Amino acid sequence: MSNLSEKAKGLLENKVVNVVIGYEEGPAGITRPAFITDPVKADKLVYHEKCLQNLAVYLTKPEVKKLGRMAITATLPVMRSIMMLISEQQVTSDDIVVIGISADAKLLDIPGIDVMQGIIEKSDLANPSKDRDILAELNKLGPKERFEWWEKELSKCIKCYACRQACPMCYCTRCAVEVNQPQWIPVQSDIQGNMEWHILRAMHLAGRCISCGECGRACPVGIPCHLLTMHLADQTFRYFGVHAGTSDKMKSVLSVYEPGDKENFII
Amino acid sequence: MGKELKRIKKDSLERLYNHLSVNRRIYAPVRTPDNKVEYRYNPAFADVTFDHIRSTLSVKNLVFPKVENLLYYTVTKTETTVAEADVNKIRDVVLWGAHPCDAAAYDILRSIFCWDIIDTYFLKRLEKLVVIGLSCKTADEYCFCTSVGLSPDSSKGSDILLSPLKNGDFRAEILTEKGSKIVSSQPSLFEEYPGEEILVAEVRKKFDSDLVTKNLSANFEHPFWIENSLRCLGCGACAYVCPTCACFDIQDETKGKNGRRYRSWDSCGFGLFTIHTSGHNPRSVQSQRWRQRIMHKFSYMPERNNSLGCVGCGRCSQGCPVDMNIAEQLEALQSI
Repeated sequence: MSNLSEKAKGLLENKVVNVVIGYEEGPAGITRPAFITDPVKADKLVYHEKCLQNLAVYLTKPEVKKLGRMAITATLPVMRSIMMLISEQQVTSDDIVVIGISADAKLLDIPGIDVMQGIIEKSDLANPSKDRDILAELNKLGPKERFEWWEKELSKCIKCYACRQACPMCYCTRCAVEVNQPQWIPVQSDIQGNMEWHILRAMHLAGRCISCGECGRACPVGIPCHLLTMHLADQTFRYFGVHAGTSDKMKSVLSVYEPGDKENFII
Repeated sequence: MGKELKRIKKDSLERLYNHLSVNRRIYAPVRTPDNKVEYRYNPAFADVTFDHIRSTLSVKNLVFPKVENLLYYTVTKTETTVAEADVNKIRDVVLWGAHPCDAAAYDILRSIFCWDIIDTYFLKRLEKLVVIGLSCKTADEYCFCTSVGLSPDSSKGSDILLSPLKNGDFRAEILTEKGSKIVSSQPSLFEEYPGEEILVAEVRKKFDSDLVTKNLSANFEHPFWIENSLRCLGCGACAYVCPTCACFDIQDETKGKNGRRYRSWDSCGFGLFTIHTSGHNPRSVQSQRWRQRIMHKFSYMPERNNSLGCVGCGRCSQGCPVDMNIAEQLEALQSI
C-alpha cells in the first residue's frame, strides 16, 4: 500500500475525516476523481503524472460536503485553490485536511494553513511553461489577428459549460449566464454568444485564476480557454505584483483599492 | 422496399461524392490538425476520412441545430407583428459517412420530436436529409452499440450503407427510396456485388439493456446514484455531444423593436434545468440529474417511446472531463 493510501486509511480509521478526495484508476484506463469513505478501499487511491484534475472543485459541491469532514489530495494548484476558497469564505481551514503532494510526487505534511502557505510561497507560481510559450506567440500577433484566432477557437464552443463546472473558483450556485431577467449574456451558442461567455468568464477569474488549466482540459471540443484566464493571471502579477491563491487572507486585487496600486494602465 | 446490394469501387466512390456535392450541401467527416474528427460542409474528397471511430460531436445538428430560429417579431406602440421561421427555406443535405450509431439516432430523435405534436422544424430537416452510412471497420473501448440493439454494420437510419471490403472497394446497401434515387442518378458507378465479406469491427456486448431497463424502474431510490455521481461536475458535455439528447431551451432576444424567438440545446445535467418559478428545484442535487440522464434513456424511453434513448456511440464517456463512463454504470446496473 502506498504512503498516500496509508495516510488516507489512517485518517478514515481514526475518524479524523469522513471522506478522502483523491484519484483512482477507472476501468477504461482513465485516472479520475475518487471519494473514499471506507478505510478498506483506501488502497484504490493513486498518484502519478496523469492525476491532473483540480480536485478542489469538489470542496464546494453540496453532495460531497454532505459526507462530512474532508481530506483532499493536494498538488500545488489544489493548494492554491484551497487558499482562494478560504480567502473568499467558501471553505474554512477547519473543514478540510490537506494531504499535500510535492512536485516530485512525495507526500507533504501539512498540519496547518501556515505550513501550506510556506510551501506555496516557495513554489514556482508562474503559468506552466507550455502555456507561457503559446501565450507569448499569441501576444506577438496584432490585435486583429489575435481576435480572429480567438474567434476561430471560440466558434467551436457548444456552451456545455464544462469550463465553468470544472473550475474550483466558479462556485456560484447561479451563474450570471443563468440570470435571464435581464438576460446579460446571450444564451445561444453562436459566435457572439460564445465570445461574450468566454470574455465574461475570463474577467470573473482575473486575479482569482490559479493557473491550473482545468477549464481547458475539461473542454470536450478542445478549446484552449485556459489561455484567457492564464493571460489575466499574468497581467495581474504584472500590474499588482500578486499571484492568486498564495494567502488565506488575500483580497481580490480587482475588488480592492490599495494606495500603492500601479495606475499606469489606466487611460 | 427490400434492400439491394451493389459494389462500388474506391474511385467510383469519389465520383459519387463529387456528383452529390454539385449544387448541394454534403456533410462529411474530416480529421483536424489536432487529430480530432469533425464534420464539415463540402470538404474535398481527399480530406474525407473513412477510418475514423467517432467524431467529437454527433451529427444531430443537421436535424436539431444548436440554435434554431422559430419566429421573428416586431413590436411598435400600436401593434406586434409575428412571422414564423420559414421551414421551406430548409435546404437539402447529404450526410456522408455517418457510422451506424449516428444514423440510427435519427429514428430515436423522431420518436421524441414527433411523439405527440409534430415538430415541423425537425421533421422538415429530416425529410431534407439523405444519409449515406459507413459501417465501422474499427471500434474502441468506448463503443457499445451491440449492447443497445445495434451493430457496427447496422443499416438502421441509412439510405445507403457503405461497408468496406478487403480490396478497398465498398459494398453498398441500397435501403430506401432516397438511396435508390442516388443510385439511379449514377447507375454506372454501382456494379454487381459478388458476395465478398465485409470488414467489420468487433464490439463486445457489455450489458443486457432489457435487464437494465427492468432494474431501473425498481431502483429510483438507491445509494448507487449518489455513490456513482459524486465526481460528476454538472456540465452539459455529455448531453451536447450525444446524438439523441434532445432537450432545448426557448429564448426571446429583442434588439430595439425587432426580435426573434429561438431554441438552443439544453441539458438535464444543469442545476437550473428543472428550477421552478417558486424557487423549488425537484432535481436540486447532481445525483438526481445523473439518475435522470440514465433513467430517461434506459427506462422512460423504452416504456413510452418503445425504443432505447441511446445508440452506444460512447461520445458522452469520451467527452466527459471526469470519466463518467455510462457503459460501466449500465453494466453495474444489471446487478443492482
